[in-house]
Amino acid sequence: MMSPHILLTLPILFPILGVAFCALFWSNKAVQRFISLIASFGLLGSALALTAAVYDGTVLATSFGDWDAPFGIVFVADMFAAAMVLITGIMAVAIGIYGLNGNIEPKENAFYHLLYQGLLLGVTGAFLTGDIFNLYVWFEIMLISSFGLLALGGTRAQLDAGVKYVTLNLIATTFFLITVGFLYGITGTLNMADLARVLPTLENQGLVTTLAVMFLMAFGSKAAVFPLFYWLPAAYHTASAPIVAIFAALLTKVGVYAIIRTFTLLFDGDAGYTGPIVAAIAIFTMVTGVLGAAAHFDIRRILSFHIISQIGYMLFGIAVATPLAVGGSILYVIHHIIVKANLFLIAGVIDRAGGSFDLKKLGGLYASLPMLGVLFLIPALSLAGLPPLSGFWSKFTVIKASLDAGHIVLAASGLLVGLLTLYSMLKIWNEAFWKAAPAGGTESVCDWQADRKTKLLMLTPIVSLAAITLAIGLFAEPFVDFSMRAGAQLLDKSAYIDAVIGPSHLAAEANP
Amino acid sequence: MEPVFAIVFGVMVAVAAYLLMSRNVLRIVLGLLVLGNAANLSIFIAGRLDSRVPPLVPEGETVLMGGANPLPQALILTAIVISFALVAFTVVLFQSAHRRLATLDADAMREAEPELQTTAGPMKSRRAEEPA
Repeated sequence: MMSPHILLTLPILFPILGVAFCALFWSNKAVQRFISLIASFGLLGSALALTAAVYDGTVLATSFGDWDAPFGIVFVADMFAAAMVLITGIMAVAIGIYGLNGNIEPKENAFYHLLYQGLLLGVTGAFLTGDIFNLYVWFEIMLISSFGLLALGGTRAQLDAGVKYVTLNLIATTFFLITVGFLYGITGTLNMADLARVLPTLENQGLVTTLAVMFLMAFGSKAAVFPLFYWLPAAYHTASAPIVAIFAALLTKVGVYAIIRTFTLLFDGDAGYTGPIVAAIAIFTMVTGVLGAAAHFDIRRILSFHIISQIGYMLFGIAVATPLAVGGSILYVIHHIIVKANLFLIAGVIDRAGGSFDLKKLGGLYASLPMLGVLFLIPALSLAGLPPLSGFWSKFTVIKASLDAGHIVLAASGLLVGLLTLYSMLKIWNEAFWKAAPAGGTESVCDWQADRKTKLLMLTPIVSLAAITLAIGLFAEPFVDFSMRAGAQLLDKSAYIDAVIGPSHLAAEANP
Repeated sequence: MEPVFAIVFGVMVAVAAYLLMSRNVLRIVLGLLVLGNAANLSIFIAGRLDSRVPPLVPEGETVLMGGANPLPQALILTAIVISFALVAFTVVLFQSAHRRLATLDADAMREAEPELQTTAGPMKSRRAEEPA
């Protein structure tokens, strides 16, 4: 059994080393690829060890530099955080392998692997940190890497997208920073466990609610919720397939994670006030996202809008605030990351085989690549929530939770949006796979068939992720159970606070 | 002192908001810069401005008494470095966007999101618009 310190440090150590060594060997792409892959596998391995250590419900915490909490920076892993790190590791490896295929040539310049590891570093750090200012720092690491990855190709569309993406995201993080400043001003602490202890005891609860709404805005624009999502459909579709896949998998989900973390740990006091707000946001997010997707014919733009629509479901946990709903949200995040990234990876294959992302120029792929059609249907139908795939169980859980709590409108919109999601997925299926191939579309298909190595590198991650989707769908019990326990752990803050600060402090607080 | 700083903070955020809502990307960069500094100021005020004594623990003591709060200063140092790097990146990005798109008007930047054609005729794909 490794010490908590090592368990919590390894998941960020691998990406840090990945960044450092990729920078060192910046001129040698082959070495960079090797380093990046090793670091991704290291992240996955350490995430597995971390998840195994917290699986029974323990919360691991460690403070850096021997500055005890609440003064030093702490890293904390509960079941939710560990699950998110594990899913990051899985994505790092899957998309890392996919990225080796030369799909990003000629965009795979000296910085691709460096920025890729930087992104993983920021994301992992954001999941593990127990300090709100430190969270801001990880957000920035994640952001600057994503800025770089987005603008890597340097095409006109990417630069245009970059302008909007960078501006709106910078405003959001600066807003987050201002909120952190205010929070420090009224509490005098930045440690999240300490904040959870101090915030309910403050006299001026009105200020606390204001801060809660400010955090909702800051993290909401990270998570691309209505009406703060405009940076996402403006930018995502311009990046190449592996880059947009890792964006879709992780970036918005860090925002969702931060919302769930702050609204379970810090601001649970006034759920009656924030609950309806979040419920309204969730409904508008789901509906605008899915309607936006219906209007488009570029596969990547359809999928980008579906990210937004799916974020709405992940907010059910905060809107309803019951253990079932929070657990359902966690299951939803896990399911969504796998499915969404896989859809973008498949979109990359469609582009390779069919020569375009535009549905109007595609067609007849089912005749030439029947297996790809099946591989597309697994995540696509899972996204729409058809049984027995992973999306069914996560949708079922969150909708049941909202019905149990009497949120009829929320549940009804969830079901309706599921139906519209199915429409979009079938649109891609019909246009790209089913309809007859347009004239002149066969050339690149032959090219795709000939290159076995590329095919292997691209299809292995897709098949693996589809297998995980099927596994969650067919053997849902352990995954649902894990999510429910993680949700219950989030709502019962005492384990988190005990792990970070120690039970003696709690006792002192209770009996002053 | 704190009310004065709070008002200055409010004015800076207002200025930043005005600049950010401009269509000219150059003004947007300036807005981001002002907003970043406003954020630093908010942290500074949050740490209270009641002492001007350096936060040094005197010899023989173990606790800091009466010194200025050192934590906001550490936070601001971090935030300044980050916002400096990000604004530097933003300036370079905006400059190359200006060079490639030949406009400074954010509204005219429709390369990534071309207006949907509702009438007949297929949407132009991104690739078709790439210059050779």
